[in-house]
Amino acid sequence: MSTNLLALLPEIILTITGVLVMVLEPVIAPGKSRKPLGWLAILGTAASIAATCYQKHVLNTSGVFTAFYSTVQIDAFSVFFHLLIACVVLVTLLASLDYFASPITHAGEYFALVLFGATGMMFMTCSVELLMVFIGLEISSISTYILAGFRKGQATASESSLKYFLLGSFATAFFLYGIALCFGATGSTSIGAIASGLNTTATPTLAILAVAMVLIGLGFKVSAAPFHVWTPDVYQGAPSPVVALMSTAPKAAAFAVLLRFLFNGTPQLRGHWILMVEILAILSMTIGNLGALLQKDVKRLLAYSSIAHAGYLLVAFTGVHKDAVSGALFYTAAYAAMNVGALLVITQISGFDEKLRSIDDFTGVALKRPYLAALLGFFLLSLIGIPFTGGFFGKFYAFSGAIHNGYVGLAIFGLANSGVACYYYLRLLAALYSRPLGDSSAAVLPARTLSVPAAVAVTAAALATLALGVAPNSVLHLVQHSAPETLPAYVVVPAAATVPVATTTAP
Amino acid sequence: MNFDHIILTIILLAPLVGALILAVIPEREGAKTHHIGALVVTLFTFLCTLHLAAHFNYASAPGTFQFEQTVPWIASPHINYHVGVDGLSMWLVILAGILAPIGVLASWNAIKVRTKLFFVLFLLQQVAMLGIFMALDLFLYYGFWELSIVPMALLIATFGRTENRRRAAIKFFLYTFIPSAILLAAMIWLYTKTGTFDLPMLQQLAASHSISDSSAALWLCSLAFLVAFAVKVPVFPLHGWLSDAVQETPTAAVMVLAGKLGLYSILRFYFGIFPEQARHIAPLLIALGAIGIAYGALVALVQTDLKKLAAFSTLSHVSFIVLGIFSFTVAGLDGGVYQILNESLIGAALFVLLGLLYERYGTYDMRDYGGLAGKHPWMVTMFVVTSLAAVGLPMLSGFVGEFLILSGSLQAYIPHPMVWTAIGTTGVIFSAAYMLSMIQKLFYGDLGLRSEEVVGWDLKPREHLELWPLAVLFLVMGVFSPFWMKSIDMYGTLTADKLIHFEPGSIKHIETETYTPTANLTSQQLDVVSDLQSGKIAPASVASKEVR
Repeated sequence: MSTNLLALLPEIILTITGVLVMVLEPVIAPGKSRKPLGWLAILGTAASIAATCYQKHVLNTSGVFTAFYSTVQIDAFSVFFHLLIACVVLVTLLASLDYFASPITHAGEYFALVLFGATGMMFMTCSVELLMVFIGLEISSISTYILAGFRKGQATASESSLKYFLLGSFATAFFLYGIALCFGATGSTSIGAIASGLNTTATPTLAILAVAMVLIGLGFKVSAAPFHVWTPDVYQGAPSPVVALMSTAPKAAAFAVLLRFLFNGTPQLRGHWILMVEILAILSMTIGNLGALLQKDVKRLLAYSSIAHAGYLLVAFTGVHKDAVSGALFYTAAYAAMNVGALLVITQISGFDEKLRSIDDFTGVALKRPYLAALLGFFLLSLIGIPFTGGFFGKFYAFSGAIHNGYVGLAIFGLANSGVACYYYLRLLAALYSRPLGDSSAAVLPARTLSVPAAVAVTAAALATLALGVAPNSVLHLVQHSAPETLPAYVVVPAAATVPVATTTAP
Repeated sequence: MNFDHIILTIILLAPLVGALILAVIPEREGAKTHHIGALVVTLFTFLCTLHLAAHFNYASAPGTFQFEQTVPWIASPHINYHVGVDGLSMWLVILAGILAPIGVLASWNAIKVRTKLFFVLFLLQQVAMLGIFMALDLFLYYGFWELSIVPMALLIATFGRTENRRRAAIKFFLYTFIPSAILLAAMIWLYTKTGTFDLPMLQQLAASHSISDSSAALWLCSLAFLVAFAVKVPVFPLHGWLSDAVQETPTAAVMVLAGKLGLYSILRFYFGIFPEQARHIAPLLIALGAIGIAYGALVALVQTDLKKLAAFSTLSHVSFIVLGIFSFTVAGLDGGVYQILNESLIGAALFVLLGLLYERYGTYDMRDYGGLAGKHPWMVTMFVVTSLAAVGLPMLSGFVGEFLILSGSLQAYIPHPMVWTAIGTTGVIFSAAYMLSMIQKLFYGDLGLRSEEVVGWDLKPREHLELWPLAVLFLVMGVFSPFWMKSIDMYGTLTADKLIHFEPGSIKHIETETYTPTANLTSQQLDVVSDLQSGKIAPASVASKEVR
């Protein structure tokens, strides 16, 4: 197989499946169930996971390889994110198979858009050329803009979609501007070349400005404060499974780009960007947690919680190189598992029309749906960071990296924040297990049975969260031993020195 | 077959496996399946914990752990599954073991709906508690510590008595979780300095002053530990969660709500890792302990709600223990540890009895009761026995602990030990006042409103079964205290004043003889005691001499 084909094999498979879904959609008679399309999409995602595993196999035997004139690089880092994104998509698709049970048009498009979005996200994580990253970002963003407004009948859905689109494009413009400034400062848009160009640049201020712009653009995508304002409204209006997807997979991709760009592209500017990251982290944690304290709507609450989690993740960036990368990767995985799980369970509990919105609506759900409530409780505990869950080790590695590198104050601030955070998760958790208050919606909630694919999906998410919390060794091994190899620590040299430095792209 | 190396794991896994099995058994209306299952599991666990007492090696060097098991868990950071017990934790494990079946029996009729959820959470709480007492790896310990909060909060939120339950659950969780988050930061900092989570290793490093050069950082770190534990105890100004939580928590869980987890953590981890800081801050804690004793007792004195009274009496009693252990005298430490056992048992008995009253009359308001003595002779007997044990009547267990604590605090190397001891002693008087006036209001005088309306019934066989073991233990522990002391003393003598070296003659060794009723000892032990009294040997060598 040619290197070029192999490098993009997972993305190619997803694209072909997406196109197939689109083509087959009109073939199915109107009013008929669109489930077969969903199964096709699931099959495609599984195939792309297999392709990623094949890439990993090739990687193990012949090492890191690049394709398309060194714009795409397949390394353990990209394989990790490919697997993560594909798994999130797979689980989301499984859980939303029955979501469109009622005769809703465009169910087929839903599956196709999810696949296209996943293509873009995956592409972001394996590109080492910022312009290619930008293309991936656009592919993933446009799909998510449409998905956010998928419940077209509702006013909140249109608001959600439009808001996301307008602010999203604004942020993408910042990202693009950052790339342009990077080119101005270093003469290249390739991450490896930017790093070497920085040693000889005549305009270091421009480079700092470029980093700031990129941080703004990606900060929007990961919903780090102060670029978070879209998050609550969009999450509230978007369908729950879409929120499950868009609160994890695109964020993981954006963090991947951020890690590559900051740690490989601009290590010489670490002194500058670490300050910006620190500010972003502090703001995100504070605003996320304080905002969540005030929420009554469960999805808005989880939106603010996701802002706070972006803050915790940014804390990991302050560690020394190896700790920072592995800590951030582990956190991304743990966060993806627990957040997808939580939102998918909420999808199952509240259904397509989402009758249950506020925390009070969820009072006494444990009586009617004991297993779902137990699962949601488990995910919430993981989000709090209770030991023996993935969320705990995520926080543990992130904060221990920071403390190890001397950022004790930041870590204490973050941990105190996570203490505050447990209040709002607990409100939801306590509501689940309280006796219903009179005729709350949960009391009249019909006891529906959980479909098998959805059960598999939420169980898989729960098992992943548990596994990350009880036996983090295997994932840790993956992130600790592979990430630093492919994101080599840069020897930071004074700007005046002209010592040749190893480029990131291995030959 | 020798179980010694895996017995602790068996004890830990038994309730966990039990919880998982109970979780998959379907719940039927009115059936007692889950009650019976939980009872079997907890009794099995209790029997396993007795293995510890039977095979404990009193001859081992003080400061070493027994029944140890180490299994590598996570490679980086280096974390082991490391469990073990010593003279301090062994009895606490057994205590947790005996309280569990009593808790199940106490919930037999009280929990009628959602029994599955209740017993699964109850058993998980049991796992966490046993884990806390056994863990010798700081990280593993922290895992169980946090885990212990969750089932408790859920139990309060789900099975709370009033509409206030959700608030009480959240309050309890926040009070304990936020300091734990800071504790985690302190733990990670320790790890970055020392590269280990292993408690014995950390203790060695602490003893050789090689954790960190920065004393300010060490102080902050030690404060993070202390505050996290003090909230759980609770120590005087941090007790805000206690009253609400006690009011809402069902009987089986309220027994383990306060006291022993936090106190054990202080004894094991705070004293172990920060011996110097602990001694420096001791005067403050002694003062807080003394204030807590008096304050808790005074507040308890004016309560009309039985559960509130019990909550503040708990505050008063755990403050006694704080006073004792921070005196850093052998008597104070031994008495404090012994009092942890007593306080838990007495508290358990008291809460069971209150629960029984509530089952019959449906109220905790003391004013609605009165004149029950004629109706329930057995119940009043149990109430009186429990109260007398709580107020520290000689011959009953409370006396031994309180006496040792007060004699220990009197000798503490702090400014004005007399003042704090005097304030603490008022607690003994006050506790007699509120306990006895409670009995008076409940059982004597005219028939109260509720006791007139409702036809109560005296103790049933199951209820006898809950209370008799406790009542017998009060007496046995009051009379045969050396049986427990010989292992507790292995910890106490080791911890007391290792660091502060006073000039010769300034340390008065009167502590150890105070609790030793010589009548019960063998002649060999008598030699040891007389040696001790005459100051020939240090208390630390008692254990080894006994064996010879």
